[in-house]
Amino acid sequence: MGTRFWRVITPLGFALMIAVVWFSSLTGQQARAPRATATAPAAFPAYKAPRLDGHPDLNGIWQAFVTANIDLEDHEAQSGPYPEMLGAYGGWPAGQSIIEGGTIPYKPEALAKKKQNAANRLKVDVSNDRNWHALGDPEMKCYMPGIPRATYMPFPFQIVQGSSSYILMAYEFATATRTIRMDWKQEAPTDTWMGWSRGHWEADTLVVDVTGQREETWFDRAGNYHSDALHVVERFTPMSPYHMMYEATIEDPKVFTRPWKIRFPLYRRMEPNAQLLEYKCVPWTEEMLYGKFKKGAS
Amino acid sequence: MNCRWLSSIVTAAIAAIVMSSALVVAQTAKTDKSGATPGKTAAKSWTPKKTPWGDPDLQGVWNDATSTPLQRPAGKGEVVEDTEASKFEEDLAYDLSRDRRDGGPEVDVNRAYNEHWMDSRRLKITNDRRTSLIVDPADGRLPPAVPLSPERQKQRAERQAAATRFNAGMPNTPQELTLPVRCITRTDSPPYLPTIYNNDFQIFQSPGYVVIAPEMIHSARVIPLDGRPHIGPALKQWLGDTRGHFEGSTLVLETTNFRSDDGTVYQGANPEAYKITERFTRVADDAINYEFTINDPTTWTKPWTAVVPWTKIDPKEQMYEYMCHEDNFDIVHLLTGARAREKNPSLNLQPTKR
Repeated sequence: MGTRFWRVITPLGFALMIAVVWFSSLTGQQARAPRATATAPAAFPAYKAPRLDGHPDLNGIWQAFVTANIDLEDHEAQSGPYPEMLGAYGGWPAGQSIIEGGTIPYKPEALAKKKQNAANRLKVDVSNDRNWHALGDPEMKCYMPGIPRATYMPFPFQIVQGSSSYILMAYEFATATRTIRMDWKQEAPTDTWMGWSRGHWEADTLVVDVTGQREETWFDRAGNYHSDALHVVERFTPMSPYHMMYEATIEDPKVFTRPWKIRFPLYRRMEPNAQLLEYKCVPWTEEMLYGKFKKGAS
Repeated sequence: MNCRWLSSIVTAAIAAIVMSSALVVAQTAKTDKSGATPGKTAAKSWTPKKTPWGDPDLQGVWNDATSTPLQRPAGKGEVVEDTEASKFEEDLAYDLSRDRRDGGPEVDVNRAYNEHWMDSRRLKITNDRRTSLIVDPADGRLPPAVPLSPERQKQRAERQAAATRFNAGMPNTPQELTLPVRCITRTDSPPYLPTIYNNDFQIFQSPGYVVIAPEMIHSARVIPLDGRPHIGPALKQWLGDTRGHFEGSTLVLETTNFRSDDGTVYQGANPEAYKITERFTRVADDAINYEFTINDPTTWTKPWTAVVPWTKIDPKEQMYEYMCHEDNFDIVHLLTGARAREKNPSLNLQPTKR
């Protein structure tokens, strides 16, 4: 793990340093900028991204550097599952909320369901098709993460933007992908794991409207969730050659009392040989999901 | 799209392909003496448009379905003549899709995937009326096999035993099922060959990259064109590691670094020795010639090459997400069915009466 870990972390750290220097030198702010909510993109000096076919060029391999996949809200450092087996290997770092205002505005009954999800996140029962998705964090089962979770999983993703009316986002985790249809009218024909993404440009910002997501995806390991009414509007805004700001407004009247917003930067992976590597995690879930149906298992 | 039955269908489709080629081979037909040129060299003069950054433009959603078999049926010439073409096409379509109930259980289950399931393009032979997708060797057949090492013989026997258990409805473990049934790889592993459905591929391009996104399963193959070396030899992947470049207007892809798991690469070839070169040439606004050469001297006595025509699909026809593992109910049904049969042998699959 060592070498690859440092190959990943070093450029990320480097990019982070560049970004910090960029902010503080150009804005005079302290790099302390605390809750992700404090600084709106508009507070940064104007940056005009290079153009490709007349549009801002977002091509590249990008990665978030937040711990929101553990919990979108504030969370303490914790051991992770089965510390008696994994020791510090499975540890989950602490992190600050990436939510504007700090917490998710759940309806009371929905908050109870979130807590139930968290309590059941390591449980699995696929013996009945009807209850197939009732238990367990989809990430643990190697299911496609949905939007916005795919953006802040601790894995890189690549934006492939050419001269067609499609932009591809390819994610390393579970080799998930989504196609963003630019200036597209047609509504989602059916619900899917990565949803139905339609994009347009607002100045230098790529705005993506995501509907048609399967209700089974979660936002994080803490059991934060949504219903089939989820509507996400994302904004990708280039801030420097090395980073862009990501914002997502999350709306789901069945679960939340009002729309809410997350915001964090995405950093460009700078290694000259950076590429998405394969992360096909399905084989690692087979014993957990199907082991009890093996010959001689029960 | 919903994937409820799809895992078994793909297996069935693969079985159907293998079976149909065997059936077609078994047929005898009038030898065709036509000297018409195969698709490989057709329409050379068309010049593709370029992307704004100067690469040949291959962007779009393409489909590679055809009924033309990989290997040439016995007694056929390189192409069929006009008069014979519709009969050839009908015979292939019959074997691929006809609802019949005259075989054993597994044969009939495969045949249940009739026209309802099938991409209609899958029932058409190639426009150039070739009798095989293989263009080299000249006889349209796979080259002779190299004797397997004892270790590979053992692997193959184990895989065959697992397949026999699967067909009898008696799989022991999830891990012994095939990679498509386990939703690990499907038609996303090169070479791309037609199956019963979901034969779509979307090509994306950006400066320095080409991406081929197969519909089944959703893994995008992101290919650098900047001449960088392959990933290190210790780093292996299910779909290998691909590098690309343009030769004139042809996109050339070379793929190595396949995982050594048995069954990872085409037709049980040896992943350690396997190398595939793919060539994509846009020959018309709505057509790409997809040519691939497989070289594995530990499996075949010489390299072999096939050409599959890709056609651009109607822009109104979209490519949608193909999920697989997320709702892989079948894998549980297969295993629980086997456990039920162990307890109650009267549930065992019986050969169907003729």
